[in-house]
Amino acid sequence: MLNQLTLMIILAPLIAGLIAGIYGKKIGRRGAHCITTLGVAISFVLSLIILRQIFWENNTGSNTNIYTWGISGNFHFYIGFLIDRLSAVMMSIVTFISLAVHIYSIGYMKDDPGYQRFFSYISLFTFAMLMLVTANNFLQLYFGWEGVGLVSYLLIGFWFKRETANFGSLKAFLVNRVGDFGFILGIAGILDYAGTLDLSQIFMIAPHLPPAVLTTVCLLLFIGAMGKSAQMPLHIWLPESMEGPTPISALIHAATMVTAGIYLVSRLSPLYEYSVTALSVILIIGATGALFTGILALVQTDIKRVIAYSTLSQLGYMVAALGVSAYSVGIFHLVTHAFFKALLFLAAGSVIVALHHEQDMRRMGGLKKYMPITYMTFLIGALALSAVPPFAGFFSKDLIIDAVHESHILGSGYAYFCVVLGAFITPLYIFRALFMTFHGEEKFNEETRQHLHESSWVILIPLIILAVPSVFAGYYLIKPLIFDHGFGHSIFVLPQHNVLSKLDFSSAAEMMPDAIKHSYALYISLLGIIAAWLFYRVFPKWPSKMRQNFALIYTVLINKYGFDLFNEKIIMPATRYLSTIFYTVGDLKIVDDTFVDGTGRMVSRISELTRRLQSGHLYHYALMMIVGLLVLLCWMVIG
Amino acid sequence: MIENILFFAFSSLLIFSALMVVALQRPVQCALFLVVCFFAATGLWLLLTAEFLALVLILVYVGAVMTLFLFVVMTLNIDIAALRNKYLKYYLPIGLIITILLAVLLIYVLHVVQLHPSLISSADFSLTHHSNTRQLGDVLYTQYALPFEIAAVILLVAMIAAISLTLSEPIRRKQQSIDDQIKVNPKDRVKLVK
Amino acid sequence: MSLTAFLIVGAILFGLGMAGIVINRKNIIALLMSIELILLAVNTNFIAFSYYLNDIAGQIFVFFILAIAAAEAAIGLAILMVLFRKHGSINAAAMNALKG
Repeated sequence: MLNQLTLMIILAPLIAGLIAGIYGKKIGRRGAHCITTLGVAISFVLSLIILRQIFWENNTGSNTNIYTWGISGNFHFYIGFLIDRLSAVMMSIVTFISLAVHIYSIGYMKDDPGYQRFFSYISLFTFAMLMLVTANNFLQLYFGWEGVGLVSYLLIGFWFKRETANFGSLKAFLVNRVGDFGFILGIAGILDYAGTLDLSQIFMIAPHLPPAVLTTVCLLLFIGAMGKSAQMPLHIWLPESMEGPTPISALIHAATMVTAGIYLVSRLSPLYEYSVTALSVILIIGATGALFTGILALVQTDIKRVIAYSTLSQLGYMVAALGVSAYSVGIFHLVTHAFFKALLFLAAGSVIVALHHEQDMRRMGGLKKYMPITYMTFLIGALALSAVPPFAGFFSKDLIIDAVHESHILGSGYAYFCVVLGAFITPLYIFRALFMTFHGEEKFNEETRQHLHESSWVILIPLIILAVPSVFAGYYLIKPLIFDHGFGHSIFVLPQHNVLSKLDFSSAAEMMPDAIKHSYALYISLLGIIAAWLFYRVFPKWPSKMRQNFALIYTVLINKYGFDLFNEKIIMPATRYLSTIFYTVGDLKIVDDTFVDGTGRMVSRISELTRRLQSGHLYHYALMMIVGLLVLLCWMVIG
Repeated sequence: MIENILFFAFSSLLIFSALMVVALQRPVQCALFLVVCFFAATGLWLLLTAEFLALVLILVYVGAVMTLFLFVVMTLNIDIAALRNKYLKYYLPIGLIITILLAVLLIYVLHVVQLHPSLISSADFSLTHHSNTRQLGDVLYTQYALPFEIAAVILLVAMIAAISLTLSEPIRRKQQSIDDQIKVNPKDRVKLVK
Repeated sequence: MSLTAFLIVGAILFGLGMAGIVINRKNIIALLMSIELILLAVNTNFIAFSYYLNDIAGQIFVFFILAIAAAEAAIGLAILMVLFRKHGSINAAAMNALKG
């Protein structure tokens, strides 16, 4: 039963996407958006049914192979579904956000010539992501992994006539590829040592693998997660991915694709629990990302970039949670983050469309009175992001900070410092964006002001749809997911790593007052909001003064810590040089010249020599015969 | 005793003549020395009581084959000066080496192979009571009849082949000469008759 | 006058015949005569074995070898005649039309 449902969930967006893609011209714009939205809506409803089954009706889920994809020697490749609490939650989130984005795009992409193509792409993306989260073996997971990477490339470069869009999409794909390289090495390692790609079998074998092997495999798989979830140093593609339309920034780069890495590590918790080294590495990388990318958001002027760096930072938080073995908290933050980050992106998109695709915040300001609904939703999102109770982000982020505090593995001290400081930076940058966009003096020209009005309902409804969970999701979901051990057997934690047992609240209502009394992370967030208010509302001259006084730091931040420069100046020329050598020496000289032409030349030369034996003279032939006879005689006599 | 003397005499004559056949320049001299070879071989075969074959050797080989050789040598106008072998000094060593090597090998084999003791010493000459001819006849037309007939056919074929190769009468020349056909000149063929 | 002695004689004749083939480059007739020498050596061998093994088959074989040798000599000479007609000499070194 669950399998059939899952199959329909996965196939509905695929079929819709294919129809919209292939017959786009025939069915027209209306047909394209109707069929794709319908497909995703079906998936969403069915995902909710599965969710209900698993959480409320105590269905224990299933893990079955439904189709043998291929056979290679003794090895069978299957297509199968692993439906448990974790995948049910992920399916619901993915389909929900995808549905919201589908509806939003009806309004946002109204004037775009590639309308049908867009809807086809986002449906296909939903398909790939669903394959990823329901996979019960590594091969299928990798298929979904690559699929989302591919569609992400297609969507970032959607406006392919723009050069920057092409650069952005290529950068995203190539950096992802670097991560995928680590991933496939990890899969190969698992196949070699465990002999199988099936997840449940691997989980049983995992404790018996040699520790060094397990750590290496975990690290390699995490490299893949680093590529997809944009951890340092493979984070460089995410800001450039803002070249794509805003709906896909919301869908892919806030809620779903980038969370694939988080999902991966959570799903593989039985593996990671046995390797403390891998966990420490994950923790340090996540925490570093959380802090440093957040700092970068402070100097961005493009509204979408601010939110992009915010995504990077929040991903760092999620990864840090994974590092301290609080996998359920990581997923919980993933869920709440999906809501408010998608909300923030879509609200930013609403602003951009209203200002006719103006994205620079320095040319906005004072939009509060023109776009009240957008403003309200953006504010809700910002509050959720800044972890202000009782909004969604508070519960998840606070749990992360507490979990990191409780952990004792290597790097937890540094990580705690990072996440707490990040709790100050986060509200600072998001409220900076809020104040610069919606408050203050109006910096746009008169003509734009004439056309300025609140966006259409097709755009506003998804915003409201997303604002509601951003307010309430944390409060209501924390109990079933975290305190009641909602994820059950789908996530595995060793007793010595179980930090969550120390956070024993039994409900959200208990948690809030305790936090207000004891948690100073809350007050740091409030301090951040006040700081943003000071810098951008009360003393608007302070930011530019700070920029002048701390010019060096500013330069470093503007250059994104030099990651892009490093790639441009060192990695790229080196790679080009290396590939030139491979081409000229390796390919042209060795393969072409020596082996291919060389074989021909060798044959010519040998035949030239051999030709001399055929002199045409009878006595030479006779001599050969005699010599042969002599050799034969010698051989018979001696041998 | 006397057999040994005869044996050595005939053998040395045989070997000497063979050497002369190989080494001499003029074809006629080679042919005549070959005849001497055959005579010496006849002597050897008689020592081995193969009278019929020894005489057949003289009749057929010397009488027919060598005569044929000499006919051919006489017929062909051979330029003796051109026969002078300038490069003899290069391949004489090769020939010598080959000869010596071959002979040594074959003789070595004889030492290795264990022959029946009765064969090494002088054999009993009163082996047969029949004449050699009768012995041959007994077997040839009964046991080896088929090879006999086939040998006859081969001789026939050889005769036909030899004739057809060398006959240059117009019977064989019914073929076109393409060169002549191409070299045709209209002036030779066409004559305008006014 | 043992068997060995006859075989030695045969061996020497054989070697001389082979040498003759290699040496005689200017003179095809000598080449043909060397071939006759080889055949003679083989015949001598056969007769010797036939005598010492008391088996008449050896002499039968010689019989046939003689016949064949005669046939071969005839044809060889016929070919030589044709070659001479074509090249105008009996220089084996000039006949390399089979050169590859």
